[in-house]
Amino acid sequence: MTKQFKILYRTVLILLAVAAAMLAGALILWTIGADVTKTYSVIIFEPLKNKIQIGEVIIRAIPLTVIALGISVAYRSGIINIGAEGQMAMGIIAATAVALAFPGLPKAVLLPLALTAGAIGGAAWGFIPGLLKAKLHVSELLSTVMLNYIAAQFYTFCLRGPMLDPAEITMGSGTPQSMRLTKAIWLDRLVPGTRIHTGVYIALFLAFTVWLLLWRTSWGYRMRAAGAGERAARYGGIGVAGCLVAAMVISGAFAGLAGAVEVAGVHRRAIEGITGGYGFSGIVVALFGGLHPAGIIPASFFFGLLIVGADMTQRMAGVPANMVLVLQGIIILVIVATRMVLANPYLEDRVRRRYCRLTDRGREE
Amino acid sequence: MDFTVNILALGIPFSVALLLASLGEMFNQRAGVFNLGCEGIMAMGAFLGMLVPYGAGHGAPVPGTFNVLGLLLAMAVGALLGLLFGLAVVTFRAPQGIAGIGLQMFGVGTAGTLFRHFVGGTQSVPGIDRLPIPVLSDIPFIGPVLFSHNPLVYLTFLLVPAAWYILFRTPWGLRVRASGANPRAADSVGIRVNLVRFQALAVGGALAGLAGAYLSLCQVKMFSDEIIAGRGFIAVALVYFGHWRPLKITGGALLFSFAQALQLAIQGQGIDFPYEFAVMLPYALVIVVLAFSRESLLLGPTALGKPFNREMRT
Repeated sequence: MTKQFKILYRTVLILLAVAAAMLAGALILWTIGADVTKTYSVIIFEPLKNKIQIGEVIIRAIPLTVIALGISVAYRSGIINIGAEGQMAMGIIAATAVALAFPGLPKAVLLPLALTAGAIGGAAWGFIPGLLKAKLHVSELLSTVMLNYIAAQFYTFCLRGPMLDPAEITMGSGTPQSMRLTKAIWLDRLVPGTRIHTGVYIALFLAFTVWLLLWRTSWGYRMRAAGAGERAARYGGIGVAGCLVAAMVISGAFAGLAGAVEVAGVHRRAIEGITGGYGFSGIVVALFGGLHPAGIIPASFFFGLLIVGADMTQRMAGVPANMVLVLQGIIILVIVATRMVLANPYLEDRVRRRYCRLTDRGREE
Repeated sequence: MDFTVNILALGIPFSVALLLASLGEMFNQRAGVFNLGCEGIMAMGAFLGMLVPYGAGHGAPVPGTFNVLGLLLAMAVGALLGLLFGLAVVTFRAPQGIAGIGLQMFGVGTAGTLFRHFVGGTQSVPGIDRLPIPVLSDIPFIGPVLFSHNPLVYLTFLLVPAAWYILFRTPWGLRVRASGANPRAADSVGIRVNLVRFQALAVGGALAGLAGAYLSLCQVKMFSDEIIAGRGFIAVALVYFGHWRPLKITGGALLFSFAQALQLAIQGQGIDFPYEFAVMLPYALVIVVLAFSRESLLLGPTALGKPFNREMRT
């Protein structure tokens, strides 16, 4: 009963958040003179109309899931990772470097190696702000943002310099991208006619792992305790600093892995703009999914839908794709605001009594 | 000598956007609110600032009033966004860091959406011209460095002592500092803490909006999605670096801008250094500076980042 009520209460509040975001978004759409209902129906229904588009939604949901899982691990441990964008870029560079360095290795060796390299690249980039926060009290909000900008520059440097496709130099076109990577690191495509790749399994596996880590191991317990109340955790003998660093390393590793999977599964070479805001969307997905793997998977599908849909509104309704950023921003604001409403026990209790009276179940309790 | 003059004369206008945004953020943080959405407000300011003169003249020179209107619109919407943020973090007591990211995404997204609809591609505006001060600008060295800038540059540097005066010598400044240092004590003497926080957010938002408009009207003279390029976040970091004091913040902003000017000047000399690494420098500098100003956290407003709830016991 209580659990059922809680889920319902939360779902209703999340739906209210979406409604509020759509309302605020409507205001902006109205300002630019766009057809509001048409825009929203394009964003939400158009990508579901055929197999190819559904595939596009799913391949966007894969990195979103992986990144959001990492962000939730960090968030639950009391550190907000806004640096997924940069960590993903470092993961892409590391995975690409491995693939370029060992083109002769068989798939069974190279693919795991490249994915691990991606995770390590991201983890290293997450380790820096984690350590700075734990040892020097540097706000992770600022350090991760700065590291995003640094990683973005480093990424362009690699694509224009050491990793530039030799063919681009001979052809003289100069598109900053790596050469097409060896087939040994390609993730297989699952459904013919779409770009859905085996990264789906990786994402699902990681979701299960995160659940296991956070709720079924003492490590996870310690991390959640550090996030829930730092002083109490320290009093209970938990090394909070270590938890923060570990959480950021895991979070970075997930983002880096998402980058490696994106290269191996979708693009098969490092190109400009792969990260394309996934790091920031991941924050929205994590919050929207209630910082829980079971919520993050549907949430990432929903935001994958928004991203694909927003690309389509550009063509079909003349609304710039930046609209998706607007919606995401409002959703964050509304969710964090309503989360505090959620956390108010008095309000919850009042609503619960009403609910019990309505369903006539109150008397049974 | 010429080299030094160039760097100083280039660095001072560079510092203005950072300085305006930092002073605004300083008011927010002094009142106890950490506004990470500064970047988003700046993006909106940058777009709106150039929209008015662009809409009036489509790139052709327009009367100065349109530029002023653009600045005012940027400030008004900036203040409004500050209040919107207040609704989330003051009224609903949302965690400020993550809410700031929401505001940033909202601001950058909205500016980009509106820009594509109302302006389209990269359109430059004539912007606000430099206004060398007669006589003074002819003095060697000092003239080009201090007195041959944009009107907004002079105004911003006049704002620094004004901000100091407001914060440390007026009743409102005292209320702001009290709300950030000890909201419960402030409340007990009749200060409406949350109202003061809203006021500070409006002031901070207006300054961030102005900072954005300065970029699009005076510095770059056009708008693009990347126009702010993290300056909003650097401005937040500068407030820490400057120990929540206007003069020290000014010092920090100048340091950053001179470093940037130096970097541009060195590149102009044709020294072979990867461009990307030069662009990284200011961001790396922020991290280094934050890492070495650990003790500065002790000087900050005690209630920074903590929502105030009258009904709750501490």
